[in-house]
Amino acid sequence: MTVEAELTDPVAGKGVTAVADVGNRAAPRRNRRLRAFLRNPTFVAGVAILSIFVLLAIFAGVLFPSDPQDMVAQPLLWPGEDMEYPLGSDSLGRNVLAQLVYGTRASLLVGVSSAAIGLAIGLVVGSIAGFFGGKVDILLMRLVELFQTMPTFLLVIVILAITEPTLSTIAMAIGLAAWPTVARLVRAQFRSLRESDFVMAARSLGYSRTRIIIQEILPNAMPPIVVAASVMIANAILTEAGLSFLNMRDPNVMSWGGMIGDGRDQLRNAWFLTALPGAAIAMAVLSLNLVGDGLNEILNPRSDDL
Amino acid sequence: MRMGRRIVATLRRTAIHAIPTVLGIIVLDFLFLQLMPGDAADVMAIEAGAATAETMDMLRERFGLDQTVLTQLVNFLGHIVQFDLGFSPRFNASVLDIIMARLPNTILLMATALSFALLLGIVLGSVMAAWAGRWPDRVLSVVVLLLYSMPGFWVGLMAVVLFSVKLGWLPSDSNMTIGTDYTGWALIADRASHLVLPALALASFFVAVYARLVRASMLEVQRQDFMRTAHAKGLHPFLIQLRHALRNALIPVTTVAGMHLGNLLGGAVVVETLFGWPGMGRLALEAVLARDFSVLLGVLLLSSLVVILANVLIDLLHAWLDPRIGEA
Amino acid sequence: MSLLEVEKLTVAFPGQVAVRETSFAIAPGETLALVGESGCGKSVTAFSVMRLLPPNATVASGRILFDGTDLLALSPAEMREVRGKKISLIQQEPMTSLNPVLSIGLQISEVVRRHEKVSRKAARARAVELLDLVSIPDAHRRVEDYPHNLSGGMRQRVMIAMAVACHPKLLIADEPTTALDVTTQAQVLDLLDDLRHRLGMAVLLITHDLGVVAQWADRISVMYAGRIVEQAAIKPFFAEPLHPYSRGLMGARVDVDADEHYSLNRLSEIPGSVGSAAGETGCSFAPRCPIVVPGCRLAPPPLIAHGERAVACPRVGA
Repeated sequence: MTVEAELTDPVAGKGVTAVADVGNRAAPRRNRRLRAFLRNPTFVAGVAILSIFVLLAIFAGVLFPSDPQDMVAQPLLWPGEDMEYPLGSDSLGRNVLAQLVYGTRASLLVGVSSAAIGLAIGLVVGSIAGFFGGKVDILLMRLVELFQTMPTFLLVIVILAITEPTLSTIAMAIGLAAWPTVARLVRAQFRSLRESDFVMAARSLGYSRTRIIIQEILPNAMPPIVVAASVMIANAILTEAGLSFLNMRDPNVMSWGGMIGDGRDQLRNAWFLTALPGAAIAMAVLSLNLVGDGLNEILNPRSDDL
Repeated sequence: MRMGRRIVATLRRTAIHAIPTVLGIIVLDFLFLQLMPGDAADVMAIEAGAATAETMDMLRERFGLDQTVLTQLVNFLGHIVQFDLGFSPRFNASVLDIIMARLPNTILLMATALSFALLLGIVLGSVMAAWAGRWPDRVLSVVVLLLYSMPGFWVGLMAVVLFSVKLGWLPSDSNMTIGTDYTGWALIADRASHLVLPALALASFFVAVYARLVRASMLEVQRQDFMRTAHAKGLHPFLIQLRHALRNALIPVTTVAGMHLGNLLGGAVVVETLFGWPGMGRLALEAVLARDFSVLLGVLLLSSLVVILANVLIDLLHAWLDPRIGEA
Repeated sequence: MSLLEVEKLTVAFPGQVAVRETSFAIAPGETLALVGESGCGKSVTAFSVMRLLPPNATVASGRILFDGTDLLALSPAEMREVRGKKISLIQQEPMTSLNPVLSIGLQISEVVRRHEKVSRKAARARAVELLDLVSIPDAHRRVEDYPHNLSGGMRQRVMIAMAVACHPKLLIADEPTTALDVTTQAQVLDLLDDLRHRLGMAVLLITHDLGVVAQWADRISVMYAGRIVEQAAIKPFFAEPLHPYSRGLMGARVDVDADEHYSLNRLSEIPGSVGSAAGETGCSFAPRCPIVVPGCRLAPPPLIAHGERAVACPRVGA
């Protein structure tokens, strides 16, 4: 308890002074919030696994200075066969462990940037629809429905057929296909918050619409959006894996899905080449889902007390 | 009587709602086609190896590619109304015929996977809710969360390693054994054995989605007053869960199932390619590789229509589950 | 002999005791009103008789004798034979106590089919008869309806039809009319009273409305903070309530015939709230009691018989 309090206090203190200037209403709750985060085992486990992946992505170049595409070993070494290559080598004699570590970069990069794109579009569309309502709302929701009707993965493939698959176009395509979910969520939040007392108060004070949207509604609409963001990153990683498995990938970048695609030809004699990158994807996505579930428990406390 | 009236009302409402969506998708489809690099003439020129400028112009004229974008859109819409999605030089057949040949396979795969996902998801979710907080719930929650995190195609590959490579129980390629002429039950058994692994791979993620949802929704229902009423009648707890709780809990599940239909069809692209399943999804990828964009966009259009139709079915299911829908 | 005898029942929730050493009895065919403010433990008492407490509640001690058998000692399967057949329940909120996705015909006939060996068709016919019995017009057509097709009063009639379907010996009615408007309230209570006489049921009527008690109950048990503080027949009780809390309730009551029947703050004459009982070692009512003496705060006073009635207050003589 005391250790935990010491851990959180400096951060919380900073938070309080920082927001005191801005006048954010959430400030006094911050300390308690942070402690709630640390006390939630699901969230902590998710963050722990995720941090490992983030560290691997950052320090990939330090851990394995040579290019992971280089052929360094005898081909098709099984994991544990040669301790220099603890997870074995593929049919071209490439170090599987090095490939996996470098693959973290592509997955996280695509995951985070596509979620950011999706969030940005979804936030704009959802807040406009939710705040203004009426015809604007009907029109925008029609658009959302349109995008939700088209199979997401096919849409991504179509966009990538127009451009060429590079990390940035892949992230863009996934983001462009993922925004409708966020837009719906943001719209629902805005519709309920639009009528709340503090927004009424802000209106009566004559604040501009932009200011009300950005400073009054958005911060209060955030909790479910944060949860949705972690799920979006997870889904983007899964989509990216599927794309690179289908060879719609940046040929210069190591990716887990691509490794599965390459390893598939050796499914009969060296199935670990398929199993390992898949397990890496599952762990990364699992960590994000744990974070999402944990955030949901913390931010929307309506527990299953039965 | 009353059921029939409600079904008609639901159908009318969804149909009116679907029309603008279909129109929007067609227009979007056309815009994508405009954005695609090169046009059909380029593709044919590449196919032929070389082409003179005159032949290119002639081809463009024949396909109406030399007209303004607006005229082309009008032409495009006119063709769609007659179910004409164009001609694929690459496959040397009309786009609609190519897709229609593949559509039944995709629908079979999708329907099997969806039924499987719903069935297993409902069973797992109900079990988790019934033992909420105790060990069956905890163990299953971990299993479900893992399923929720694993790429479906990878689950499929691992199932191939186990059931095809190691055990030799199930085939892992195509939708039937080539070069045999089974009839009757043997034919059905052969088709079914080919269906198992792809359907499992496609369903895995959605099993997790539905299981989580059913668990939450069943727990929510337990708090309702009518559950105490049911217990006060002396009914068996199993019957109470089945008749009183599940039916209420399934209402939100059907809504979400409808929202995930597009994802399910999207997932079919990877799974069909992986298992050599001759469906629409694999066709989409073949079209990308062949740079035959009219086929690719035809697939996008047709699969969107499939999603809309499937949503109508879901709405009907919804109306059947919830008597409050479709009245007044 | 009593039909139902609750002996020293104590029910606990995590961190809180809802019902303390409560004892009462109901004779066959009798209507006993269990009266008190919301949160005083009346509903919990009722649910423990049916053994339908929320999962986090436990019966810490006591016995519940029904026809001489201890309900708390029955197996779950044996208890299911009692529910709906010998004891049935009507809940407070007719809007939520019927299943919204099942037809009322099915909801009535399922209790019939549970306890009697009858065909689906016969059960259906019984459902129509029962709807007729609770004066729902056009019963043969209404049987196909879903709860959302009916008004609140109609729904409560359906609940009553369900509850009396197997001719139970005891009907527990938990605030059956609180959610209804005044006219409907009287109709539903008239119906209940009529059925009680026709079917020979005993009724445990849980309410906070003394007007309802005066008109429809035979005896009254007043509950305060998980304890019964006074038990009496209706006439002597309304002539002279003995416990200071009962007196407070009576003082707070507006006459049934007066227009202010539904005025707010019905209990405003009693200072304080039930919440002030928490942490009290002696009489739970001591913090709000006008005649409190220091001795009241030492130990909870037992229920002492005064002839036909009983009071848990040493300051009150017969």
